[in-house]
Amino acid sequence: MAADPIHQFQIQNIVPLLKVGAAEIHFTNSAAFMILGVVLTALLLLGATAGRHVVPTRLQSVAELTYELVASTLRSSAGEEAMKFFPFVFSLFMFVLMSNVVGIIPYTFTVTSHIIITAALALTVFFTVIIYGVWKNGLHFFNLFLPRGIPVFMAPMIVVIELLSFLSRPISHSVRLFANMLAGHITLKLVGGFVVGMGSLGFLGSIGAIAPLALTVALTALELLVAVLQAYVFTILTCIYLNDAIHPGH
Amino acid sequence: MDPQAAKFLAAGLACIGMGGAAIGVANIFGQFLVGALRNPSAAPGQEVKLYLGFALAEAFGIFSLLIALLLLFVL
Repeated sequence: MAADPIHQFQIQNIVPLLKVGAAEIHFTNSAAFMILGVVLTALLLLGATAGRHVVPTRLQSVAELTYELVASTLRSSAGEEAMKFFPFVFSLFMFVLMSNVVGIIPYTFTVTSHIIITAALALTVFFTVIIYGVWKNGLHFFNLFLPRGIPVFMAPMIVVIELLSFLSRPISHSVRLFANMLAGHITLKLVGGFVVGMGSLGFLGSIGAIAPLALTVALTALELLVAVLQAYVFTILTCIYLNDAIHPGH
Repeated sequence: MDPQAAKFLAAGLACIGMGGAAIGVANIFGQFLVGALRNPSAAPGQEVKLYLGFALAEAFGIFSLLIALLLLFVL
């Protein structure tokens, strides 16, 4: 059997930063790849918009397409008023997208394959929705838990169901992204392990290794699709949740 | 029963849930194809929703795979 497929998710300490009591704080490979994602995003967007041509160059149209994609998603699912959240939603999208796509490259670390990262992002969205919703709508925000036109005798049950579904949002929001990344990378590693295992069996084994090698290539393509899609799904769910904060009681 | 054996059995059982996700994903693409062949001109506008539905349905299969992986590697 090839190397342990979980090994790739190990956090390694690179530079020790400071020590608080018994806890040590290190600059880890996770932090390094987070910074790499942010730097890549900044380079892409700054480099693309440096020229500002009327007829966009290829790089500029990449930046314009991502901007338009997030802007139209936010506008169509949460309304024009939600555009004040655009910087937040766009940063989330670019961070998750860059982390996922960088993670596809062999020997890199996937930041979003750790639940602590995705849970932090999802909880930020969750508390943004609660705080902005209560600040903007006051107690009307809690209309969210009682849709209009519900018979009185059904109301207590509906409130409990809606409350539970609201509270489970950050869990499903974060686990969806994290589990997709984790499972995808483990599958790639396992199928890649078959290639090595077959190849070590001599000539006939090498011929047999062609099938898992082809499967690895196909799975990498699927993982690229999943990486982009999950970043988009994370963004669209954020937009839907923000819509609840802006227009409760729908 | 040997706890190690029970762990592997449980991981295998957890993967049954992925069958449900397979049915869901197949349903999404099949229904899209049915709709797209009836009205091909409307199909390109719905592709984003197609992939969104695919990703949402696939996630539930991944959840059950996650349980299997937790059983194998964490417990």
